[in-house]
Amino acid sequence: MNEPNHARRFGAIWLVATVIATPLVILLLAPILPPGKSTEQAAGQATDNTVLLGMATPVLLLVVIYLIYSTIYFRQARGAVLEGPAIRGDARLQTTWIVITSLLVLSLASYGTVRLLSDNGAGSGSGPSPLTVPKGPKLPVQVIGQQWAFTYRYPTYGGVEVPHLVLPEGETIELHVTSIDVIHSFWARQLAVKADANPQIDNIAFVKATHLGTFEVRCAELCGIWHGEMFDHGRVVTMPEFETWIHQAQATYAPATKLLPPYSTTYLPKPSRRAE
Amino acid sequence: MSLFAKKLVAVIAAVLVVGALITLYIADWATSFPKEIAASTAPANSEGANLTLETVASAGPKYSPRHPDWVSYLVRRGGQWVRSTDYTVPANSVVHVTLYQFDGASGLRNPFLAQVQGTVGGTEVVDGKAVNSIDPEEASHTFVVPELGVFVPLPGVPEEAKNQCEFAPCEGSAHRTITFSFHTGGKGRFRWQCFVPCAAGWFLGNGGPMQTLGYMDGFIDVV
Repeated sequence: MNEPNHARRFGAIWLVATVIATPLVILLLAPILPPGKSTEQAAGQATDNTVLLGMATPVLLLVVIYLIYSTIYFRQARGAVLEGPAIRGDARLQTTWIVITSLLVLSLASYGTVRLLSDNGAGSGSGPSPLTVPKGPKLPVQVIGQQWAFTYRYPTYGGVEVPHLVLPEGETIELHVTSIDVIHSFWARQLAVKADANPQIDNIAFVKATHLGTFEVRCAELCGIWHGEMFDHGRVVTMPEFETWIHQAQATYAPATKLLPPYSTTYLPKPSRRAE
Repeated sequence: MSLFAKKLVAVIAAVLVVGALITLYIADWATSFPKEIAASTAPANSEGANLTLETVASAGPKYSPRHPDWVSYLVRRGGQWVRSTDYTVPANSVVHVTLYQFDGASGLRNPFLAQVQGTVGGTEVVDGKAVNSIDPEEASHTFVVPELGVFVPLPGVPEEAKNQCEFAPCEGSAHRTITFSFHTGGKGRFRWQCFVPCAAGWFLGNGGPMQTLGYMDGFIDVV
């Protein structure tokens, strides 16, 4: 019996599957992937995830279809003890494979780098001196990690500190993330912000909320017994609502504000009298 | 049954047994909590429930044989002090807390937590005087239930006070008496903890009893 042209048949199956699956994945799956589109950074990450999915789908199909195809057509017959013919290499196949995979990886690396820079860190912590900074006015908000809660300080509103994060819609927020004890990680999934909170480090991340609503805050760095309970909810409100809220907060937390040290990008609390 | 099938069954059985053992171990670890203590019913002329607590610098061999020198909370049950940090309180009610503070000051790392928050009236009563904040340097411990928004700083016994308590039980020793009340709201299980790094001899004061359930942290079960 003549052996069919496996390469041609496999290539045709893969091509058809790719042409069908890739648009489906981009149109149906990508829009429902996290982190959503409630901030400019989230929308940017959603676009990036869509691009990655679009490029990964043909590769995934190639591997899966090849696996299935091989299982069906190249499996050893029951009772057979002979090994298949030795394959000594195929320069054309290897070159093609290396070139295609290199192009894929390099193009994704280039795309990622450009997007990271053009999106001012894309919601990630960029250290104390970010390579790029959004233009225009920015509202600084400090995120302070401690075992086991985040608190938030607004330096342009008298340095008031509050237990829940509230952000105004449509304003560029400059988050200054730090810690006063061990390493934490500030992660607001719906905002598409994730920044390590390290003691003595001012880790800056930018975010601009475009939708009103609530968001979750979680610690994403194992930080002790209550790490799993280190979560909170924040809100995105309109600018007038924010102004009302922050003035109420200034009044509510006036006793604590008087006790706080002057605003600083990092803090080094005095060692506890009982610590080592 | 072929040899291959026998091997397959054996491997699956072994994986299931090992998986079950690992699951049981994790389940046992995850569900090992301190004893749950119900808040006592409040007097007829008041609403809600009472919870009587004390904080001690060292739990002592009676309450903590394995770690007698660890700082700890104790709770009053049936006229006796018990080392437990899992408390049950009624939903949609007011919990009146009386806390006897026998420990010295450690100081807060974040002075923000020196303000009383989430209590009835936004205050606590320290030795008969209502206050809305304390000196952060004088904080010995805190009683904080983050999800309920309850933040109560507890001032320490002054260093110069006579008759300091070495380890529990501390009756008759120098102490601060702190009272406050808070609303419970709906049912749920809420984490509470001390925010003062009060674990003597540990890195940043946050090891040992601060990282072990049953000493300086636990759960409030609102039922």
